[in-house]
Amino acid sequence: MSETPVQPGNGDSGGAPTGATTATSGDVPQVPDASLPSAEGAARTTTAALQPASPPSAGAARTAPAASQSTSTPASERADLRPENIQDAVIRLAGNSQDGIQTAGAFLARLAGRSDHDVMTYMTIPATISGGPSIFQVRIGSGEVLSAGDEADFLVAFYQHSYQDHIDFLKEGGVLLYDSDNVEPNFDDKRFVYVGVPITGLTIEALGGTAKDKGKNIFVLGLISKIFSLDVDKLKKIISEKFAGKDQSIVNTAMMAFQAGYAYPVGKVLTHQYRFEHLPKTTGRAQITMDGNQALAYGLIAGGVRYGAGYPITPWSSVMEALRRELPKYGGIFVQAEDELASVSLALGFSYSGYLAVTGSAGPGISLKTEAIGWASMAEIPLIICNIQRGGPSTGLPTNVEQSDLHQAIYGGHGDSPRVVLAAASVEDCFYIAIEAARIARKYSTPVFILSDTSLATRIEAFDEPDLSKLMVDPKPDLSPRQTFKPYPVDAITQHIPPGTRILDGKYPLLSGLEHDEMGHPTGSPKLHMVMTAKRRNKLRKLAEEIPVPEIYGRYICATSIHCPTAWKKSSPSSNGSSPWR
Amino acid sequence: MPETTTSAPPAPEREKLTKKAITADHPTWCPGCGDFAVLASFYKVLEKKQLDHEKIVTLAGIGCSSRFPYFVNGHGAHFIHGRAVPLASGISLARPDLHVFLFGGDGDGFSIGGNHLNHGARKNINMTYFIMDNFVYGLTKKQTSPTSPIGFKSKTDPTGAIDQPVNPMKQLISAGATFIARTHATQVKHMMEMIERAFDHQGFSVIECLSECVEFYPDVFDPADPRKGGSFDVIQEKKWDNTPEDELRHDVTDELAAYKLAQLPFPGVFGVFYQNDRPTKNALEKKWIESTREKTGNASDLEILQKTFDRMK
Repeated sequence: MSETPVQPGNGDSGGAPTGATTATSGDVPQVPDASLPSAEGAARTTTAALQPASPPSAGAARTAPAASQSTSTPASERADLRPENIQDAVIRLAGNSQDGIQTAGAFLARLAGRSDHDVMTYMTIPATISGGPSIFQVRIGSGEVLSAGDEADFLVAFYQHSYQDHIDFLKEGGVLLYDSDNVEPNFDDKRFVYVGVPITGLTIEALGGTAKDKGKNIFVLGLISKIFSLDVDKLKKIISEKFAGKDQSIVNTAMMAFQAGYAYPVGKVLTHQYRFEHLPKTTGRAQITMDGNQALAYGLIAGGVRYGAGYPITPWSSVMEALRRELPKYGGIFVQAEDELASVSLALGFSYSGYLAVTGSAGPGISLKTEAIGWASMAEIPLIICNIQRGGPSTGLPTNVEQSDLHQAIYGGHGDSPRVVLAAASVEDCFYIAIEAARIARKYSTPVFILSDTSLATRIEAFDEPDLSKLMVDPKPDLSPRQTFKPYPVDAITQHIPPGTRILDGKYPLLSGLEHDEMGHPTGSPKLHMVMTAKRRNKLRKLAEEIPVPEIYGRYICATSIHCPTAWKKSSPSSNGSSPWR
Repeated sequence: MPETTTSAPPAPEREKLTKKAITADHPTWCPGCGDFAVLASFYKVLEKKQLDHEKIVTLAGIGCSSRFPYFVNGHGAHFIHGRAVPLASGISLARPDLHVFLFGGDGDGFSIGGNHLNHGARKNINMTYFIMDNFVYGLTKKQTSPTSPIGFKSKTDPTGAIDQPVNPMKQLISAGATFIARTHATQVKHMMEMIERAFDHQGFSVIECLSECVEFYPDVFDPADPRKGGSFDVIQEKKWDNTPEDELRHDVTDELAAYKLAQLPFPGVFGVFYQNDRPTKNALEKKWIESTREKTGNASDLEILQKTFDRMK
């Protein structure tokens, strides 16, 4: 049991509450009855570092609120407080990976998506096989959210280590909500607002003692819903949907935990409640909520990719898991290959057969695929390669984010092996960039890299629902007979015909990794090598003419900037949700 | 499988598939190379089968024998060293209408591509894989190969090879290939029979063909060539005729019996070592697709993705 400097319901004893309240008075009583039975958490009252909705000019600028005010407000006098409108809050859940904080965080993200709010999440994956410390951070905003936030306004600490590891990421004046059964904060540190709730004990109590450690995440979700005045009906619906198809008792248990958290008299220990300002969307489209790897997988499907192959590696695996599960619905196949070399080769086999295919990995696997990607450049085969980057070199930091594979993507092959490199800027962009990658790969018969990273892969964002009826690409190959065919015309962009296509003059093409003539037959002629090298390079010049100039974020601080002939494009999500690609 | 479109005007009547129609570049192999006979046998089998010309796909990795696709006029690809099995797997899985033929050597198949050989076999992906085994690296001019016998003097083993060679039959049996045969490039009739049976088999069919490298390992296969004083011992397969002689014949579905044949000392025996009709990955994936499509109510691609997105709102 933690130290309890202030007893709830007895706010005027046990030391003066620190901090301040800036809420204006109102006529909507939101604070629960002060006479509710004893909650055992510690209580200090103050305001949090959450950004007020006004002044209107506040926009995306984030200012730390004054922490110097010290007006105390006894609980008994707080009945006239109403939720304060805010535009932006960063909520960090810190626990262990088995606590389901990702699930709770994902619920918050989906709720934000359904409520026309912008949202961005950030999570860490423990490198341990099972369990281990992990965080899930959700930033919800009424305007555009452009980062998941470096510091939190609101930290939920399930364990002592969660508190110790993350308290320094809490903004001054921010709220620490901690499980008083497990955490003993240092109250001498006056920078924060301390809200202790015996999360473990109350969850077990609410669920009848059978839950053990399960359900704490949903209890906390209840608490957060109360504090941030979230739409409880919507949230309950999301929870029910999540567990739909499972045992009804699971839904019931989740609801009990949620109710217990929601009913907790948190108003006695936290003077403020908040409400995200509602700024109606102008696009009129519903928002969908997903993470970057999901968006990538569905973007590939929309772009007409029906075949692929991969080998498990963090953080790429969830793309291949999604494709393995989804593609059969569309009549396609995703193969888990024996290794990275096989997976890229399988994908090239699929592409050669007439169905543009995808392979992917993280840095170590991309290194292994490099030779075959060179073949795709030489034989001019369309192929999509996803690199969900992680810390390198070598095995590096498998579960941490780093964007250090750009040069590998551009220059990773031996010889002159032109390829196209795209990098996604946001979760929404993962979806559209996959469609764009498929378009470019087909049109220019070339390998196309999509760069993502650990953070983007696991980050959840809400974005305007794409208009699929306008985006879906039909993957059917054209097998109509040809009179004659040259696979590598010097004066035109290569467009292969799939095997099974009759060629009436009886001369069939061969695709080759050897330098070749226009029919694909090998040559050692230096002159022809120059001609063919230029041919392969020139198609990227053609591409560079059609794509927009890259948008630059922030100030020019790069030492090197890479431009044509390698087409490098960092796209940006446009705020109106339409594809930045069209 | 997604359907393919053939909406163009009707093509003219087919002519008979002839050796001339499927012959391409003149082979770059050394005069006397065993691979010439393999190529000639392949042409003959194609002629006999009268396959649709455009549905013949020849593929290869790297090596002397892997030049094969350049010498066959048909759709094909010359891929990178050792990875032809997964390339062929992609084509086979996506396009069941095609006839996928794969050619390579002992280095490509048993050394750099050894892992793929094992997994292609295990997954039983439908293709016909012809391994021309010459016990030496020829394209790079005489280095030890994975099938070089102990004592073979090469540029990388000047005092004789010391590493235990691969036994191709044993490896293929344990990996799970569903058609495993062994033949010899000097025995054209037998070789054609093996190619034809491998082609007719549904699944991962592999033929190891001893094919002499006249330049870097001449005469090594003479012990299996009757014209050079050797003996070409063909496996007598069971006829299931309830005769006492049949008791002694080989049951091609008996894995242990196949393994025993594989243990015989060089030059061993030739013919079909093992064959079974385990379902192919092609068939299993197709089955999964069909049951999954059924669950969606055979909805259109757009409907399926829209439904998925509706759940993410």
